[in-house]
Amino acid sequence: MHSSRRSVVVTGVGPVCGFGVGAEALWNGLASGGTAIAPIARFDAHAFPCPLAASVPADALDVLKLVPKSYRKATKVMARDIEIAVAAAHAAVADAGLTTRGTAEGQPPTIPAGRVGCHIGAGLIAADTDELSGALVTCRRPDGTFDIGAWGQAGMQNLTPLWLLKYLPNMLACHVTIIHGCEGPSNTITCAEASSGLSLGESRRVIERGAADACLSGGAESKINPMGMLRQHFAGRTVTPGAGEDALGLLKPFSTSSCGTVLGEGGGLLVLEELECARRRGGRILAEFAGFAAGQCGADTLGQDLSGAGDDVAAVINGALNDAGMKPGEISAIVPLGSGTSTSDAAEVAGLRQVFGARLSNIPLVTIIPAVGNCAAGAGALAATTAVLCLDRQMLPARRAGGDLPGVDASPCAARSMPLSSVLVVTTSLGGQITAVVFRRAA
Amino acid sequence: MSGPRIVVTGMGWVTPLGHSLEAVWPRLVRGESGMNRTSRFDARTFPTTFCAEVKDYSIAPFVRDAAVHATAGLNSQFALGAAAQAWKQARLHESPASDLRRVGMYLGAGEGALDSENYVATNIASWNESQKRSDGAVWIAEALRRMNGLRELEQEPNMPLAHLAREFGIRGPASNCLTACAASTQAIGEAFEQLRRGDTDVMLAGGTHTMIHMLGVTGFNRLTALSASTGDPCAASRPFAADRDGFVMGEGSGMVILETLEHARRRGATILAEVAGYGSSADAYRITDIHPEGRGPGAAMSAALAQAGIDPRAARPDGRAPVDYISAHGTGTTENDSIETLAVKRVFGDQARRLAMSSLKSMMGHLIAAAGAVEFISCVLSMQNSVLLPTMNLRNPDPTLDLDYVPNASRAGKVDICLSNSFGFGGQNDAVVVRRFEE
Repeated sequence: MHSSRRSVVVTGVGPVCGFGVGAEALWNGLASGGTAIAPIARFDAHAFPCPLAASVPADALDVLKLVPKSYRKATKVMARDIEIAVAAAHAAVADAGLTTRGTAEGQPPTIPAGRVGCHIGAGLIAADTDELSGALVTCRRPDGTFDIGAWGQAGMQNLTPLWLLKYLPNMLACHVTIIHGCEGPSNTITCAEASSGLSLGESRRVIERGAADACLSGGAESKINPMGMLRQHFAGRTVTPGAGEDALGLLKPFSTSSCGTVLGEGGGLLVLEELECARRRGGRILAEFAGFAAGQCGADTLGQDLSGAGDDVAAVINGALNDAGMKPGEISAIVPLGSGTSTSDAAEVAGLRQVFGARLSNIPLVTIIPAVGNCAAGAGALAATTAVLCLDRQMLPARRAGGDLPGVDASPCAARSMPLSSVLVVTTSLGGQITAVVFRRAA
Repeated sequence: MSGPRIVVTGMGWVTPLGHSLEAVWPRLVRGESGMNRTSRFDARTFPTTFCAEVKDYSIAPFVRDAAVHATAGLNSQFALGAAAQAWKQARLHESPASDLRRVGMYLGAGEGALDSENYVATNIASWNESQKRSDGAVWIAEALRRMNGLRELEQEPNMPLAHLAREFGIRGPASNCLTACAASTQAIGEAFEQLRRGDTDVMLAGGTHTMIHMLGVTGFNRLTALSASTGDPCAASRPFAADRDGFVMGEGSGMVILETLEHARRRGATILAEVAGYGSSADAYRITDIHPEGRGPGAAMSAALAQAGIDPRAARPDGRAPVDYISAHGTGTTENDSIETLAVKRVFGDQARRLAMSSLKSMMGHLIAAAGAVEFISCVLSMQNSVLLPTMNLRNPDPTLDLDYVPNASRAGKVDICLSNSFGFGGQNDAVVVRRFEE
């Protein structure tokens, strides 16, 4: 580790998941051993191969209440993914005790606007099916086919002029930077489940090199819509229960019978801050961002089947440990993706075995997807937030399912206290990007 | 600037004007246009009936085995062609990097083109007129019947990374960013910073994008961001002109190889240019408008210049302007061109009038996420050839825009230092300084 580099710490977390918004909702949900996965109520999904998901409860996220009065109109062009990011930013800023334009309009911000960056991982945002279909159907010919000539001439006028702006992935960061007045470097990383980890790594580099003193960083996504669910089904990622079979029962990370994941919506933003900046303002330090690395798996299968990518996962973990100046023996717990998709679970376990050897069976793996679902671009942010909360509380949450692979500590158990010095977060993605982050207990 | 020096050792592009540096450069010098009547879908009744498509393109000449990439969407296809050119120019096929885990990728690739036909058909079939909503069960049945999983997968913005990793064996850090029109400048900038940090020895960086599909054009038409000119499509992209009326959609890819000077030397690579500075900012202003004083663009330019050790307010010792050339974002929308001009004036003060600034988009259209990388490459070619590329279609100058936009014809000129600007819809701004390499 370069001692000349600026140190980066976590001073706030803003998770959003099926348990609700904020650290308490996430922790209490995970600690309880319950799950937010349930039949989808937002649209009629009963005919989907997997009709379950972990949706953010409607009463937990009212975006109108989270934005300044002057910004309420803009909520009309917020797709679900954007709402989640706005809620995450609101929670993270509050948790860090920061004053921003969004928390107190007209008051000076804790950190000057130009010194605050924003990096939010995002996915493809699906157009609202009812809105788009309602417009398209105005150009339906009597035989049921689509008349593109009529669409070009008049039909498209049925879409609101700002329609496209609901669906650009960078609109998550756009809205968050406007609401909170973040004028520093801002980016939108779109690498499926690796998006959040890559965003965290980039925020850290930005702060290290002095381009910002703090960043809102993480990711958010909702695939709980027809296109999002369809694509994951096509990619063979989600469980496909047979008649009368319980989809939730099939979600078993790191199990000999892993057969797929269940989607969630959510993610989170963390407040990453330069150590001295945090100290000067008396910010509470939840954890130190000690190490980061990323990589791309050997992509013979174009990142779809990662089962042979154990070497690549190991290289990334070793890179993060090296970046942190740490040895594998210093890791107390691991938050993997653990999606339940057998091929990516296999890559994660193979990589972990290479790095940790026989000791792996004594390092708890914290599997959260059976509780909050796979939140795609938001998954890594929930994993990172969980790691930070574990370090801060010196506790591990409950585990619900899976974990019967030999040599891993991942089977169901209750929440428990445990001395934790450093936690590793490892995330693999559909597409083959891999990230590893090491958080260390605050000194 | 402390830390290692970062150089450019390879470049490649797939553009509406051709698929190689050698084919496209002379056409740009001549001020040719890549515009055409839209052929990818039936746009005859759309407000905009033209665009700048990549023509007669196939990955076959560029990749080792085209069958491996048989499922590649246009984004991945364009990326493969551009990256293969860059890889070859950097001679990475002959004098490879020592460790492919020390070779990374940072792309600004857009989302892949929608399977519009089947997507639209599914949506229409699912419409329940009496309830005024889509029927979930019909939707999924139609979707499973009509749509293709691999075609859907190729729409994921990280799929070009997967194809490039497959082709070149790259195993290092891989990111894709999607900050609309700023994406590939941001990708080059962040790749530069990863190299400077010592995380990698070599980075493949750039962008790829097409939004020339029914719903892409619909979206921009509804925003009234596209030119709706009814005349000659070749005259429709009119950056900095009084009668500019929006951008023209282009498509394609630009890719560069960046590496540390030390690594480039060790393997005997030819050095094409040096990346000297990068700046990034957010407008944090409004969803649809740029800050009227160009606050964000100005901050990005200032940061890039500062990192490169350039004082924008001072002439160089030999009397030249602080930079020779700015590759403008220059979209041809009323707002962008005015505010970009203002921002350049605010950053460079009296020096602004002494430098040249032009818009490649007047010839190629707007390659959206890929635009910045293609424009970055044109900066390096301008240095190599001592030519300033023109802003075409500037017959009717806007009297309020009074910089040297190199109107209507390229001209000879020594180019040693360039600034390449990209500003994204949504408020992300990026600028990169690239200069002639000197020992």
